[in-house]
Amino acid sequence: MKRGLDVLQSGLLATVQDLGRPGHAALGVGVAGAADPDSFRLANRAVGNAEDAAAIEATFGGLHVRFRGGAFAAVTGAPAPLTVDGRAVAPFSVFHVPDGAELRMGTPPSGLRSYLAVRGGIAVPPVLGSRSTDTLSGLGPAPLKPGDLLPVGPPPREHPRLDVLPVAAPPARDVELRAIPGPRADWLAPGALDALFASPYAVTSEIDRVGMRLDGPRLEHAGRGELPSEGTVTGALQVPPSGLPVLFLADHPVTGGYPVIAVVVSADVGRAAQARPGQRLRFRPHPAPPLAGPRPRQEGP
Amino acid sequence: MRILPNGDRALLVELPGQEAMLGLYTALAAAPPPGVTDVVPAARTLTLLLGPSADPVRIAAAVRGARPGAAAGSAAAVEVPVVYDGPDLADVAARTGLTPGEVVAAHTGTPWRVAFTGFAPGFGYLDGGDPRLDVPRRGTPRVRVPAGAVGLAGRFSGVYPVDSPGGWQLIGRTEAVLWDLDRDPPALLRPGVEVRFVRREP
Repeated sequence: MKRGLDVLQSGLLATVQDLGRPGHAALGVGVAGAADPDSFRLANRAVGNAEDAAAIEATFGGLHVRFRGGAFAAVTGAPAPLTVDGRAVAPFSVFHVPDGAELRMGTPPSGLRSYLAVRGGIAVPPVLGSRSTDTLSGLGPAPLKPGDLLPVGPPPREHPRLDVLPVAAPPARDVELRAIPGPRADWLAPGALDALFASPYAVTSEIDRVGMRLDGPRLEHAGRGELPSEGTVTGALQVPPSGLPVLFLADHPVTGGYPVIAVVVSADVGRAAQARPGQRLRFRPHPAPPLAGPRPRQEGP
Repeated sequence: MRILPNGDRALLVELPGQEAMLGLYTALAAAPPPGVTDVVPAARTLTLLLGPSADPVRIAAAVRGARPGAAAGSAAAVEVPVVYDGPDLADVAARTGLTPGEVVAAHTGTPWRVAFTGFAPGFGYLDGGDPRLDVPRRGTPRVRVPAGAVGLAGRFSGVYPVDSPGGWQLIGRTEAVLWDLDRDPPALLRPGVEVRFVRREP
């Protein structure tokens, strides 16, 4: 019998994710991939998979799957309570799910996105080199729904090495995020950058894999007119005319026309993606990486 | 050229204009500096996405030293047949002071070029067309624009690759397939490609 997972219940939103499909921006295709890449990688490492093997990203728990063929599995990210045929198993641990058993994910006490990695990886066909669902462009497998059967790949050679994963669950209190000013802070009014770093910004209910709308002090534009569209990046704090920033996550558009006041450092983007509506984000200034060696050359205009 | 950090995993390269952008894009896409995972072309900038082991100092130096390549040019020209019966054709005529027939003549009379992509897979922002066709976006975007709709916004023209919301002024439709995952590459329009619109009878 083929190994696989029968989706019984998908919760709010469950998608197949890997580390995305970089390299296709010229076709208008974004990277996508796991919203919290560190948690995603950890789940794969736990079951002995390659770091970029496809796994399931469940949003706010609620995922129920039945295993066809027994397999080792692990859940990281938001620590949803888990049961296997009614018996509790712990998140951040490696456990075995017997053939025909049902794994149920409850509602996590903190965090938003849980990663279920199964030894062998989710083996849906890749699209442009990735199995990731891009919710903005619709590329990759459709979001999971009851009745879906997800194939599981052959087990890798490497064996699971850790029983319990030494990580902290996403915090339920304020989240501190390092952010590098720019590249368009000068398109905002003087003082906007100070305001961004001085006050917390609350996560609103308008959040998805594309981005998080934040609420806090308004960041006024400098009135320089319209910025020509330019490439956008994960972690960018884009400021639309409303003055309330949007933090871009994995499925952000490839290009955008609103100025970016600062960019959350890549190591902190996953923690941002775990923040829930009502939680507050505190941005801390972080230095930009230097772009010139010890003897900087004069740049043209 | 000016190079700015864009977070810790990207560089924003500002260029004097679209020609310079396309030239540098062609060079960097053909031979990306080590550590660059993608190059995002836009109106007057390139955004270089960096992998975890990239060295921004070396990449910035490689970008400054790159020789602009020849844009894809005439070798990559596509013809897009269009039936000009879009719902905004009369409105575009009124805004530009042209007759609907003159709008069509202007749209087909000058070759366009894909300046950059974005918005959706396979959507190209076409530039270089007749300057009389500069019209604003619709005040209220449409909830659904069908795949193949041909539109105008600002100085750009574009073709919707898939059904999607959109605010461009729609002047026609094409049966050309802009996006096909079974084709390599899936996008018909890529930066630098020249596009000629040709009038077709309905």
